Amino acid sequence: MNSAIDHVLADGPAQLLPARELMAFTLGSHILLVPFGVALPAVTLLMHYRGLRRGDAVALLLARRWSAVMAVQFAIGIVTGTVLSFELGLLWPGMMGRWGDVFGLGFGVEAWAFFLEAILIAIYLYGWRRLKPWTHFWLAVPLPLAALMGAFGIVAANSWMNTPRGFTLDAAGNPVDVDVRRAIFTPMFGPEYWHFVVGVVLTAGYVVAGVYAVGWLRGRRDRYHRLGFTVPFSVAAILTPVQFLLGDSIARSVFHKQPVKFAATEIVWKTGTHVPEYMFGRLRSDGTIAGGIRIPQLDSLLAGFSTDTKVTGLSSVPAGDRPTATQATIAHWAFDIMVTVASLLLLLALWYGWCWLRRRDLPRSPWFFRCAALAGGACLLTVECGWITTEVGRQPWIVYQNMRVAEAVTDARASTLWTMLGIVVVLYVLVFGAFLTVLRRMSGRWRLADEGALAAAGTGDVEGDTPYGPRPLSPTGGGDGGPA
Amino acid sequence: MTEDAVAWVLLAAVTAYACAGGTDYGAGFWDLLAGGAERGRRPRWLIDHAMEPVWETNNVWLVFILVIMWTGFPVLFQTVFTAMWLPLALAAVGLVLRGAGFALRKPTRRLAGRRVYGAAFAVSSLLTPFFLGAAVGGLATGRVAPGTKASAEAWSNGTSVIAGLLTVAATAFLGAVFLTADARRFDAADLVGYFRLRAWCSLGALAVLAVVGLVVTRDDARYVHDGLTSGTGLALVLIAVAGALATAGLLYRTATGWARITAVGSVALTVVAWGLAQRPYLIPTSLTVSEAAGATTTLRWLLLVTAVAVVLVGPPLVLLYRLDTAGVLQPLTEADLRRTAAGREPENP
Repeated sequence: MNSAIDHVLADGPAQLLPARELMAFTLGSHILLVPFGVALPAVTLLMHYRGLRRGDAVALLLARRWSAVMAVQFAIGIVTGTVLSFELGLLWPGMMGRWGDVFGLGFGVEAWAFFLEAILIAIYLYGWRRLKPWTHFWLAVPLPLAALMGAFGIVAANSWMNTPRGFTLDAAGNPVDVDVRRAIFTPMFGPEYWHFVVGVVLTAGYVVAGVYAVGWLRGRRDRYHRLGFTVPFSVAAILTPVQFLLGDSIARSVFHKQPVKFAATEIVWKTGTHVPEYMFGRLRSDGTIAGGIRIPQLDSLLAGFSTDTKVTGLSSVPAGDRPTATQATIAHWAFDIMVTVASLLLLLALWYGWCWLRRRDLPRSPWFFRCAALAGGACLLTVECGWITTEVGRQPWIVYQNMRVAEAVTDARASTLWTMLGIVVVLYVLVFGAFLTVLRRMSGRWRLADEGALAAAGTGDVEGDTPYGPRPLSPTGGGDGGPA
Repeated sequence: MTEDAVAWVLLAAVTAYACAGGTDYGAGFWDLLAGGAERGRRPRWLIDHAMEPVWETNNVWLVFILVIMWTGFPVLFQTVFTAMWLPLALAAVGLVLRGAGFALRKPTRRLAGRRVYGAAFAVSSLLTPFFLGAAVGGLATGRVAPGTKASAEAWSNGTSVIAGLLTVAATAFLGAVFLTADARRFDAADLVGYFRLRAWCSLGALAVLAVVGLVVTRDDARYVHDGLTSGTGLALVLIAVAGALATAGLLYRTATGWARITAVGSVALTVVAWGLAQRPYLIPTSLTVSEAAGATTTLRWLLLVTAVAVVLVGPPLVLLYRLDTAGVLQPLTEADLRRTAAGREPENP
């Protein structure tokens, strides 16, 4: 571990490490909320539609409760997101000053999309009681589209950092002749965008379903839990194989467009054909590999569908232009964890699909629900891993092959940045802790209320008789705009 | 020409944030001064209800300002964030505390928890606008130029402090005027007088600070001072003063709807006057609009994106404010989120 820290310290000014850690911490925290900001409205609207269309009071209750969660989540996401735009200036002024006009437009699109999202979400969250039911629903329908538009802007900016283009450099090394279209639609944009969009939707789906899977395991086998599980889980399960293919496609795009990053994620040292695949393992700075499972020929085969495929190795570029052995190992582990989790999720989705096709019913095994309960957390882990793969694999470049992270960093003193990191860590731990506490309290209050409702129903408790039957609710559907 | 148009868009965004975000900061300021849990219960109730549906939208203007800065004027962005490191970092910390405090206070039931979240929200509602104002004030003095390193002197001078205090006072004024109107809207007769008095007081504070500011900036921020005391700048400032006085009068007659318009108008005109006084500089007197401008093609695209966005975002924004002022937007209550008893709908109180 000490040698790892030395490696990171060695390649830049003193403020580089704290600046990196601060960015990594704030972005790594914010990214956990992103799937819900982008995809929770879509999942909620799906449930809402079901509730309105079929007059299903249980579905409407679920949609209402999810929107109450969304209200808190969206607020936390907005503040952590605003911090990130501050940090682009506070930590990386060199990048923004030189490249802001080349790749900033994506952020411009994102800011407006985000603005629209904030407006629509406010109308949706606060429109339940007084707007007409269908008016309320239709006003929220553009919400997922705005979220996709916002993701477009952010991913465009990030993919530009990976495969920058749309400019030429003048004699002083400054970008001129900016071509905005080429700068937005860079080679990595398409693969990154679809991988991201599908990834966040299935993450939101698995996390929401996981909550009800836990309830199911604790014996709350009513229609409320069944519906709360089935709708988001089905969305996620359908997207899981899609994401598997998209993940494979983005890995191959990296192989073609960022060969050194590919070499880091697969810890390939020497350029060659018939390259073996390593599952996990650690790259040493002399190019040898410690530990891990070695599968002969597989890396070449996966990269180009033939064992004769030539894979570029890390040693093909000077040491200063490629990730260090430690960074490569980090990117490699992140990548392998992501692939492993994806494979397990694929099995889970197939299990679900098999039962559904055969019996039109949920799997009966408690192990299925145990796995489903863990799937959400596993997805959040892959979101982190995907981000680590793309960011650490790009080192030491902040703008691939055009600007090093060390050139972009602020002049602020290292001690100031360490202090700020300390403050931000404490602050975020408190905020995220409070956020989770509030969510748990909310769900606890709802559960007590549900149980209270059951107790009030007395001995004629329909739940006991018909575990999958509708909850004792009015058939007209509630809360969708009754007189206030 | 293109860069001037983008500079106008930037100024418009700053104005919008000053008015929309400013009103919310002001609400937080009055939350801070509302007193203990019992005494401050009514004002806080009103502040919560007034801010809930719109504060996130109002906050996004800030993100938009930052994006226009780095896309349209990268050198300006780099300079500001290098030289004003500490106040901007503190403002960012304040934004987290404020947003999280407000969002978490609502679903929290226990008094102790509500107190903690409320305090975070209220204190940072004071500090964040102060630091943002101080950074802008520091820029006006000419202490900052491209290449300036971070230093306390850039933002801890007389002009910066006055600008920070003026920002806080302006937000308090806007907040109090809007809350007076909201008190009428929510039929809280007792709070109309409560917030009207505070609007008048903050207007008095604004007047005192403005006079002090005039004196301080004469030597310390000469370029902006001259721009504000002559020509178009002066004309706009005088109209703004008239608007502020009209607000005070309208509040007296409890014409709260009109008071909101004149209050927003006077703050908006002051910001625009400041922006005009800086012409042709983005940072007086070292960085002009044309020197700071990014690539022309990017600026054209930025204008195009802005135009498309105005068409797409404008109507929903108008709808949001209309629904909000018409009282259509209400939070889900606990009763909406739970079932009360078998076979019965949750009651709508």
